[in-house]
Amino acid sequence: MLDFTEDQIKRYSRHIILSEVGGRGQKKINDAKVFMVGAGGIGAPVGYYLVAAGVGKLGIVDSDTVELSNLQRQIAHSTDSVGAYKTESAKKTFEGLNPDVEVVTYNERLSSENIMDLIKDYDIVVDGSDNFPTRYLVNDACVLSNKPLSSGAVFRFDGQATTIIPHEGHCYRCLFESPPPPGMVPSCQEAGVLGVLPGLIGLIQATEVLKLIIGKGDLLENYLLIYNALEMSFRKVKVPRNPNCPVCGEKPTITELIDYDEFCQMRF
Amino acid sequence: MEVVVNGKPEQTEDGSTIASILEKRNIRKEMVAVEVNGEVVKRDDYDSLVLKDGDKVEFLFYMSGGAEKR
Repeated sequence: MLDFTEDQIKRYSRHIILSEVGGRGQKKINDAKVFMVGAGGIGAPVGYYLVAAGVGKLGIVDSDTVELSNLQRQIAHSTDSVGAYKTESAKKTFEGLNPDVEVVTYNERLSSENIMDLIKDYDIVVDGSDNFPTRYLVNDACVLSNKPLSSGAVFRFDGQATTIIPHEGHCYRCLFESPPPPGMVPSCQEAGVLGVLPGLIGLIQATEVLKLIIGKGDLLENYLLIYNALEMSFRKVKVPRNPNCPVCGEKPTITELIDYDEFCQMRF
Repeated sequence: MEVVVNGKPEQTEDGSTIASILEKRNIRKEMVAVEVNGEVVKRDDYDSLVLKDGDKVEFLFYMSGGAEKR
């Protein structure tokens, strides 16, 4: 029934001996298809650990190339990969770690035109994007196509993570109804980030993905997890589903995808 | 009176509103989502919602990542 090879039994043994995972859970992981938005600070650790865990298929979309300043935190890339597409660089790293995993790369920018098509063959979406237009696009696409989404973000010493099960729990817009005005949130400026921070948030997201796959535990559904590295504090703040949410509420006003302008052009 | 802001108790004047606390902390209202006692408050209500002793207020900051310049 559970057709593992000898090598797979060894590779995944520490999962298989966990009663909550077991052979069945590991098989679910091996069959799961996860789509990752971004192969940067968050995508790198998420992908790394999901590949180690043996997910069946990992899709990665990112249009950026590796820069030297990425390497302080984007651990899927190496010095040799500077200048290469992040997707290709991550694929090389991940395939070296676990040849079981099918890594599929998309060197393009997500938009309303391509997102539905890109995510349609995947079970779960992970958002590790670095801008608001993508964040809202991914949320709306997941709500409209009813796909679970793990969303995470980091800034300086702070991080957030949440898990969205469309039409069951809250979505991103239930809390943050619409994007902030251009230039208002300093996310697009070079404000810096502690290198370990996206690793920590990413691994919370990877944990959520694995729990979603094996169907165990309590998710960050209807919660926003807020982490501060300086205080070393974690706070779980309840986020109720909003019946007036413009995309997942009772009378949605957003019924198709929106390409917001790139706020970050407001740099000075 | 005392309200709990992001998990920390804080003394504030009677009659304080979301808007007045945001102003005191120098936070622009466009930068946060606000919850009072677990319910999201609409931005239009920040001026009119008068807080009560013991209210739990959460300022949840917009965060998108993006340590890189684009």
